[in-house]
Amino acid sequence: MAIEKEKLIEMYRTMVRIRTFEERVAKEFAEGNIPGFVHLYVGEEATATGACANLRPDDYITSTHRGHGHLIAKGGKTKRMMAELYGKKTGYNKGKGGSMHIADMDIGIIGANGIVGAGIPVAGGAALSAQMRETDQVVICFFGDGATDTSRFHEGVNMASHWKLPVVYAIENNLWAMSTRTSAVRNITRLTDRAAAYGIPGVTVDGNDVLAVYEAVGKAVARARRGEGPTLVECQTYRHRGHSEGDPGTYKPKKEVEEWMKRDPIPRFEKKLIEMGVLTEKEASEINQAMLKELDEAVKFAEESPLPDPEETLEDVFA
Amino acid sequence: MKKISVRQAQVEAIDEEMKRDSSVFVLGESVSTFAATGIFAGLVDKYGPKRVRNTAISETAILGGAIGAAVTGMRPIASLMSCDFMGVCGDELINQLQMRYMFGGKAKLPLTIVASSGAGVSGAAQHSKTLYGWFMSIKGLKLVVPSTPYDAKGLLKSAIREDNPVVMLAHKMVGRLTSEIPDEEYTIPLGKADIKREGSDVTVVAIEFMVHRALAAADKLQQKGISIEVIDPRTLVPLDKQTIINSVKKTGRLVIISEEPMTGSAAGEISAIVAEEAFDFLDAPIKRICAPDTPVPFSPVLEKFWMPSEERLIKAVTEIT
Repeated sequence: MAIEKEKLIEMYRTMVRIRTFEERVAKEFAEGNIPGFVHLYVGEEATATGACANLRPDDYITSTHRGHGHLIAKGGKTKRMMAELYGKKTGYNKGKGGSMHIADMDIGIIGANGIVGAGIPVAGGAALSAQMRETDQVVICFFGDGATDTSRFHEGVNMASHWKLPVVYAIENNLWAMSTRTSAVRNITRLTDRAAAYGIPGVTVDGNDVLAVYEAVGKAVARARRGEGPTLVECQTYRHRGHSEGDPGTYKPKKEVEEWMKRDPIPRFEKKLIEMGVLTEKEASEINQAMLKELDEAVKFAEESPLPDPEETLEDVFA
Repeated sequence: MKKISVRQAQVEAIDEEMKRDSSVFVLGESVSTFAATGIFAGLVDKYGPKRVRNTAISETAILGGAIGAAVTGMRPIASLMSCDFMGVCGDELINQLQMRYMFGGKAKLPLTIVASSGAGVSGAAQHSKTLYGWFMSIKGLKLVVPSTPYDAKGLLKSAIREDNPVVMLAHKMVGRLTSEIPDEEYTIPLGKADIKREGSDVTVVAIEFMVHRALAAADKLQQKGISIEVIDPRTLVPLDKQTIINSVKKTGRLVIISEEPMTGSAAGEISAIVAEEAFDFLDAPIKRICAPDTPVPFSPVLEKFWMPSEERLIKAVTEIT
C-alpha cells in the first residue's frame, strides 16, 4: 500500500499530538487544574489515528469516555478541548460537557460519551441519516472491548447490518474494562468472532500499528461508502495508564505492562518512518517540540479564557 | 368538519407531516405490518418501507438510532409502542437525549417518540403506566398528553415540527374515542392548556383519560349545584401554569386528577406550583386524586380500584366546597 509521505508524517504528528495532549492533561489534572475526572488514551494513539486518517471532514465519528484521541484524530482543536476540560466558556461545549462529552458537529464529532456502548445505536442512526439523505458519508463508531458485552452492541449492530448502514465499528480492545481483565468476564478472546452473528466481516488487527489500522479501517470505510454495510474491526491495543487519572493501575501485571511498553505505537512508528526514509530523527524531534509548544499554548488559552457566567446553566436546554 | 378517532387523528398528523417534510420518517416495531388499526395505518403504502421502517425488537437501537438520525439532519418519529417499554431504552431517554445541553447548544434533536399510555384494559404492571412524573423529571424532553382527537392531531403536528425531543403519549382508553375536527390544516402550540369546561367553584386539572372522567363528574356536580372548571394542560412539559393559576384565582379551589401513583407525580408538581404561586387565592386545601403508590394490578376489579375514579373526584370536590 503506497501512502503519500505527507500523509504518513501527518499520522505521526497526530499520534504525537494525542500523546502530548494526554500527558499534559495528566499533569494539569494532578495539579488540580482540571475538575471532574479524565480517562486518558495514552498507548492507544495508533487506533484513532489510523482509523480517522480514512475519513473526510463531513464523515462522522462517535466516541467514548476515553475520547480525547478520537477527537484530535478527527480534527478537534487542542486549544478548545483543553478549555472545555478547564470548564471554560471558550471550550467546545462552553463548559457544559467536560472531558466525557466533547463534541463538534461542524467536523462530524457526535460527542464523546459517558455511557459505555451508547455510541453504537447513535452511530447507526447517523449512518441511517446519511443513507436516507443519499450522501456517501460514513460513520466510525469507536468503543472499547467492554462495550461489546452490552446489550446495545447486539441491537445496534443487528440493525446496522440488516439495513447495510455505512458504519465501521472500531473496537479498541485494550484488555481491561476498568480494573477487570475482560477475558475474566467473557467466553471468547477474539472479539471479531461476534461478526459472524450479524453476517458482516470482522477483522482483528494490531491496534498499535497505525498502518495496519489504517489499512483495515480503510477497507471497511470503502465497503461502507459503497453501500455494502458495516464491518467490525478489532484493534488490539493497551491502556498505558489506569482506568481514569487517580487509578494507578496496580492490578495490571508488571510483565504485561513491560511487554506492551515495548510495543508503544509512537516510537514504533517513528522508527519505521525513519527506516523508510520518510522522516529524520531531527524532524521527529521538531514535531515533538512543536506539539509541546502547541500544548503550552492550549493550556495558556484555557487558563486565560473566561469562566462561563453561572446564569448560562439555564441556557441550551431546548432549541 | 369530520368525525374521527384519536388514532385516526394521529395517522392524519403523521401523514400530513411526512408529506410536508421529506426528512420526517418513522421507525419502530411492526410499524408497517401490525399497524392496521394503529397510528401508522396505511402509511407504508403511501411512503414506502424506507420512510416507514420496520425494526427488530430493539428499543435501544430504535431510540438511539432516532437520536443519531435527528442530530444529523433527519426528523424521526420513533415508535416505542407502550410507554412502559421506555425502560428498555432508559439510557437513551435519560442520558443520550441530553446531547444538546451537554454539547453547549451545538446540536439539534428534532425527534418525536410516540407511545401509548395508561390503564383500563387489564394490561397489568408492564403495559399500563403513564410515567408522567418520570418523563417530567427528564430535562430537555417535552411531554404531550392529549385527550381528544382535535388535540392529538394539532399537538402531534407541532411535536413533529419541534426541534427538540418530544414524548407524545396517547391513552389506551382514549384511542378509539371520536369527535369532530376541522377539514382544513391546523396545529396546536405546545405549552398551551385548554379549558375543557368553564366553571366557577372549583378548578379541576385533569390529564389524558382523566379529562373525560372530570367532564362526566362535572355534569353530576352541576346537578348538585357545584360548578367545576376542567383544565386540560395538554402538555406537561412545557406546562401552562398561568392558565391553571388564573383559574385558581377565580375559583379559590384546586383538585388535580391524574392517573399515576401519587408520589413523584405530575399532580404533585402542579399542586406545588399553585401552593407557591397562588397560595393567597386558595380557600381550601389542594386535593390530589391519583392512583395508590403501587404497581398497576391486573384483575379488572383491582385495576378499577387503582385508577382514579369519577366518584373519588366528586367526593373530593364536595369536601372542599
